[in-house]
Parts: sequence; structure tokens; C-alpha cells
Amino acid sequence: MSEDLIRLTAAELADHLASGEVSSVEATQASLDRIHAVDGEVHAFLHVADKAALATAAEVDRRRAAGEELPSLAGVPIAVKDVMTTKDMPTTSGSKILEGWVPPYDATVVEHLRNHDMVLLGKTNMDEFAMGSSTEYSAYGPTHNPWDLDRIPGGSGGGSAAAVAAFEAPLATGSDTGGSIRFPAHVTGTVGVKPTYGQVSRWGAIALASSLDQMGPVARTVLDTALLHDVIKGHDPKDSTSINREWPSFADAVRQADLSGVRVGVIRQLTGEGFQAGVRARFNEAVTLLTKAGADVVEVDCPHIGSAVAAYYLILPAEASSNLARFDGVRYGRRVMPETGPETVENMMAATREAGFGPEVKRRIILGTYALSAGYYDQFYGQAQKVRTLIQRDFDAAFSQVDVLVSPTGPTTAFKLGAKVNDPLAMYLNDVATIPANLAGIPGMSVPMGRADEDGLPVGLQVLAPAMHDERLYTVAAVVERELTAAWGKPLLGFAPELKEASK
Amino acid sequence: MSDITRDEVAHLAELARIDLSDAEISSLTDQLGQILQAVAQVNEVATPDVPATSHPIPLTNVFREDIPGETLTTEQVFGGAPDVEEHMFRVPSILGDAPATKQGE
Repeated sequence: MSEDLIRLTAAELADHLASGEVSSVEATQASLDRIHAVDGEVHAFLHVADKAALATAAEVDRRRAAGEELPSLAGVPIAVKDVMTTKDMPTTSGSKILEGWVPPYDATVVEHLRNHDMVLLGKTNMDEFAMGSSTEYSAYGPTHNPWDLDRIPGGSGGGSAAAVAAFEAPLATGSDTGGSIRFPAHVTGTVGVKPTYGQVSRWGAIALASSLDQMGPVARTVLDTALLHDVIKGHDPKDSTSINREWPSFADAVRQADLSGVRVGVIRQLTGEGFQAGVRARFNEAVTLLTKAGADVVEVDCPHIGSAVAAYYLILPAEASSNLARFDGVRYGRRVMPETGPETVENMMAATREAGFGPEVKRRIILGTYALSAGYYDQFYGQAQKVRTLIQRDFDAAFSQVDVLVSPTGPTTAFKLGAKVNDPLAMYLNDVATIPANLAGIPGMSVPMGRADEDGLPVGLQVLAPAMHDERLYTVAAVVERELTAAWGKPLLGFAPELKEASK
Repeated sequence: MSDITRDEVAHLAELARIDLSDAEISSLTDQLGQILQAVAQVNEVATPDVPATSHPIPLTNVFREDIPGETLTTEQVFGGAPDVEEHMFRVPSILGDAPATKQGE
């Protein structure tokens, strides 16, 4: 039964829990057993909260038995990306500078999970401060892709994506600054959504680049993603960029999905050159599928999208260099005293940051400091902000013709661990298709669209919608998932090799 | 354009308060040079008439009523601090020319 429990979708598990067929303790124990059996090789988790998770589960079971009306996902286990503060678990954002830090408060997203009586299994691995697309920049070692343990799981949220792909948890949370939810979904055959900027609170999420960061859901199915998205969305007075409005039910959008008459635009600049043959082949099939399902598909141009990566790698480091100034060894986190020279506070800060930050974090802080410095500001940061305007205008023009846009989520399938870790520019290009959405604040999703012929590895379809219209992502993805799963005879993850379980 | 020198990287590291090693300064100088060349293309796209965008969604100031909310206790605030004395964050000398002393002395 335990084996079956971990393979249930969150929606199925929630039904079984509601009917009393399965207890939350059973489901939680099954997830914990799976984590202990496979995570030695996958390394999706930085912290596993066995005792606290089982205690929460037991309490949910007790309240359900007492006849209490509980939220729909009550008792369902979930993994939390380590970028989000949790007052009962360490929060490191993948960095040594925060090793062992237990924050005094919960992120708003985490608060939502607790208010919905969900069971927090632990914290998932990530590139340090979410800087990276492979988890190789985690200070605690990389996560391995469950499809092939020698390959990257994407990043920065590789831990969350691998956790759901390896059936360690049905759900996980993510943060997406340039593709950190969508790229891992793409390379692990899972689903992930970057919501409209401001729809999910950033309070308690350790900031990377505040004008780009957005929290979002990670899951194995489109419906599960929507159910979690419905739990975490909404206005938060503690986040001044939080949007104050009512949002439709995304789960309803999945259940009522119909593509008849939906206008879909294929972004001409995100096809062809630079994309692996197997990625292109599956994408072309997905476009055909959309047409067959009743959508009107046209090609559209986003002429400035080619400059998105360049603009992003000026805007992001600039904001990050400012945000990460708070890690200085004074109020929390690690402190390191200088080995030589006078023991002043400035030298302590410099020694702390030298010892506490990894190479990619240092690279981006120095780059951001440069981009913001007098004499270069107009030439770099100012120009990047103008490119941001042009990309927003591209999307405005595109969405005046179509309801949604599609592209492959990433240019390649999962590459080997180590292949790009010493080549920052090559690493940056993994996010070529995902970055534009963050610059424009629009919502985006990755949903599995098959496996590349050349390596048998999963690839994702990216769906983009205008700001405030996240429900359209779910309409399109639900139909894609339904049609493809029917054609394959099982979900894409059914084709992943079985992971070896360590004996207990 | 946008060649970056070793001295510039060392200066930036000082501004950013990171005590980089000589080896790190060397490798960063090479890498930042490459990255800056790649990102310099932002200069070729935007014409002077294009306004800059700092934020994806138009923002307005957010205010709240001036009433006390929930706050952290002093125990919570200082709970994660590396060094504390009587409800204050304790730091080494804040003046550059102070004599070197061992922390805790």
C-alpha cells in the first residue's frame, strides 16, 4: 500500500483522506519512507522533518475523525523549497552563510500551507540563493535527476522538481526568477507554474531579484499544480508588491478545460536554431495537437526576446547585489573573523561574505555592483531596463492577437552534471525561453510534452499568458496533458526508470 | 568595449565587502569580461526614446493604518545572531584604525 500511496496524485490522495480510506499518517509515513529509501542518491532534500510531519499528520487525522470540516488538501504532504523561511526548520537558501539558521517566522506561502493543514515534509535543495539552473551551485551538493542520476534536475528549484518526480512528495513549492520553477519541470517531466508577478506573496522568501521573483506551485499533474496554486495565491499586506484582487479557481480552469476557439501564438524567436532536435520535434507535435483540439494556432513575433538574457543578467545581478548586502555576519547567519589585518566590522563582513558565498553568488554580486556603479549605470543597467520595456511591448502586441503563447520550456534536455558548471555563459542560456516572462511579469507554465528521441529524456511545453490571466495556462496545459497521457497510455513519469531503493 | 581590469574587480570586491583571494580576482576578471561582452548587446537594441521599466506591474505606494501589529520578541530577534550583548548585536570595532583584538576580549 505504501508504494501505491506515494504514486497517488495530490487530488487522489486528498479524496482518499476525505473518505477516510487512507490516513494522513499513512500517507506521510509513505513519503518519509520513500525519501529515506531514494534521497541518498537523488539528494532532493536539505532537511527532512520526520517527527514534525508525523505530528502534523496525526493532528489532521484526529481532527478529521472528530468530524471537523477540513480544507481540501488537509493532510497531504508537501516539500518546501529552502528559499522560504520556516520557523520550525532550518532555512539556508542553499548557502553556507545561512547554515543552520532557523528563522523566527514563516514565509506567507508556508503560512498558507499550514493554514490548509498540509504536512510539511522538509526543505528542498536549490542553487545558492536561487542563482543557477542545475542545482550544482548549491553549497550542499547537487540534486540528481531521477530520470538519470548523472544528469542535472534543472535549477534553481531542482530539489522540488526532483522530489515530486522521484515520488518523494506529491507537491512542492518553488520560486521562479528567470525559470527556476519551469526549467526544472521541463527536465524532470513534471509541472510547474510561475504565477503573474504579485499574485503569490514574496514575504519570507529570501529575495534574489525583487522585481523578478515569484513563488509558485510544483507538482506531477496539471490539476495538482492548480490545487496548490489556489492555496498559495492571494493578497498579502506584508508584501507591498502583492496584487489586491480576486482570482478565479485554477482547479476549475483545469476541470472545465476546452480549447475550442482559443487563439495560440507560437513565438517564432523561440523555435529552431539553438533548440535540440528532440525538443523541436516534440514541440511541433504539441502544436499540431493544440490545433486538433480546436485551438487557432498562428505564428507571432517577439522581436526583442533575443535580448532578454542580456538584459536579465544586468537587472538580476544589480538587484541581487543589493538584496544580498544583508548577509554581513551581524544580525543572523554565519560570522567569520578575518585571518589577517585589523578585526574591524568591515573586515569581519568581508571575511564572512568571502567564506559564506559560493563562486556563482560572488560572480553575480560583483557583476551587479559593476552594473550599478557610477559611469556604467546608464550604459548597462539603464539600457537593460529599456530592453525590459521593449520585451513588455512585444508581449503586449502578441497578446493583442492571441490568448496564449507557446514555446519549448528549455533549449535542451537535462545535461550531465558538471557539463556547464565552469561556463557561466553556457549556464545562463538554459533560461533563454523562460526569462522573458519574468522581465514582463506575465505567468508561465511548463507541462510535459514527451521525450526527446536522441536521449529519451523529458521535455516541457511552455505556455505563457497575459498578466492576471493565469487561468489560461491551466486551460491549455490540461488539454495537452489529457491528450498526451491518453496517447502514451500513462503519464510521462511512467516512462522514468525505477529508482533503486536503499534497504532499511 | 567593456573590458574589465583586475584592479576594477578588486575595487568592486571592496565595495561589495567580499575579501576575494588573488586567484578569485583573476578568474572573475576573465569571466566578467566575457559576460560583459555578451550583455553589452543591450546597447544595440534600445533607442533613447524608449522609457526604462524598473518593475513588471505598475506599482503604487502601499500604506496601512498606524496601529501596532504582531512583532517579534527580542528573544526571536536575537536568537540567530552570531554575537549578542544585553539585547544588542555585538560587532567588532567599527573604526578602521582600531588595534587588533581577539573577539570576545
